[in-house]
Amino acid sequence: MPKIVVQVMPKQELLDPQGKAVAGALARLGKGHLEDVRVGKRFEITTQREVTAELMEEVAAVADELLANGVIEDVISIDVLSDEATEGEAAEAAEAAADEQAA
Amino acid sequence: MTRVGVVTFPGSLDDRDAQRAIRLAGGEPVALWHGDHDLQGVDAVVLPGGFSYGDYLRCGAIASHSPIMREVVDAANAGTPVLGICNGFQMLTEAHLLPGGLIRNDHGSFVCRDQKLRVENASTAWTNAYAEGEVITIPLKNGEGGFIADDETLARLEGEGLVAFRYVDVNPNGSRNDIAGLTNERGNVVGLMPHPEHAVEAGFGPDTEVRMRSGVDGLGMFRSALESLLARA
Repeated sequence: MPKIVVQVMPKQELLDPQGKAVAGALARLGKGHLEDVRVGKRFEITTQREVTAELMEEVAAVADELLANGVIEDVISIDVLSDEATEGEAAEAAEAAADEQAA
Repeated sequence: MTRVGVVTFPGSLDDRDAQRAIRLAGGEPVALWHGDHDLQGVDAVVLPGGFSYGDYLRCGAIASHSPIMREVVDAANAGTPVLGICNGFQMLTEAHLLPGGLIRNDHGSFVCRDQKLRVENASTAWTNAYAEGEVITIPLKNGEGGFIADDETLARLEGEGLVAFRYVDVNPNGSRNDIAGLTNERGNVVGLMPHPEHAVEAGFGPDTEVRMRSGVDGLGMFRSALESLLARA
C-alpha cells in the first residue's frame, strides 16, 4: 500500500525550545559540536487509494489545515514512499533488529 | 438567568472550575460536550483549560476540529462572547479565532504561579468589569504558554489594542511583548493563558496582602460577560 510521508518543522525564525533542550543534553554528553538542534514531526500516512495528483493535493491541504499550524510551523516536504521502498525499509529494520539480537 | 456553556473535551481539567466561577459570578453554567453539534442555546461559551487529547499533535489542535467547535466558531463570528482559558486559548488560535500561536515555554519547564497581569483592554465582553490598566493576580499553570506571532501580526495587535492582558513583573514563558491574552477586533472573543476561574472564591484563590488565598481577581472576567450580555438585552 502506498505510504505518504509529510514532514513538518517549527519555523526557522522562531524559537524551538524542544530543540534547545536536546542541544543542551548533547552538550552535557560532551557533544557540544553537534549544535543548533531543531525538532520536527514526520507523519506516515497509508492509503488504499491510488496516489494521484488529486490525492496529493488533498494531502497538501490536510497538511496545511491539520498536520501543521502555519503560524508556528512549515510543511517542508510531502513524499510518496513506493511499495518497494516501504518493503525495503521493513527488510532493513528486520535486519537491524536481527543484528541487535546477535550482538 | 444568563446561561454560559462550558465545553468539556477529552482531557479537559478545569471545566468544573469554570462552571463554578460562572455560578459565583451570578450566571447559570451549562455543561456542553465536545462531540455534540449543540450549544443548547447558551448566551456565552467558555473553552476551559486542561490537556485536550493529551496535547497530541499540538496543544488544542485536535480539539479545535471537534464537532462542537464548528458551532463555537459560528457563534463567535455572530458575536457570542467566547472565552478560552489556557488550553482553550490554544484552541482559539488553532481555530483561527485569535491570531498567533502558543509554543513550549522558552525555559522548557512547566510553570505554576500566582501571576500579575495588567488589563490592557477593558472594553471587551470579558474585561469590562475591570479598569483599563488595572493589575490583577490570578494563577498561571502551563508548559506551552509562550505566545508567538510574526512581527507584522504583533504590530497589528499592539496598534489595534487587541492585547487584552499583559504579564507584569515576570514574563513566565517567553511570550512576545509579554502578551498573556488577546481579544478579537469585535471584543467578544478573548483568550488568555492564566486561569481566572481559580481566583473566584475567598479561601481558594491566590494570596493577597490582606489574607492568604483570598484573591478573587478572576471573578471580574465572568461578571464582565454577564454584564455585557445584560447590557445587550
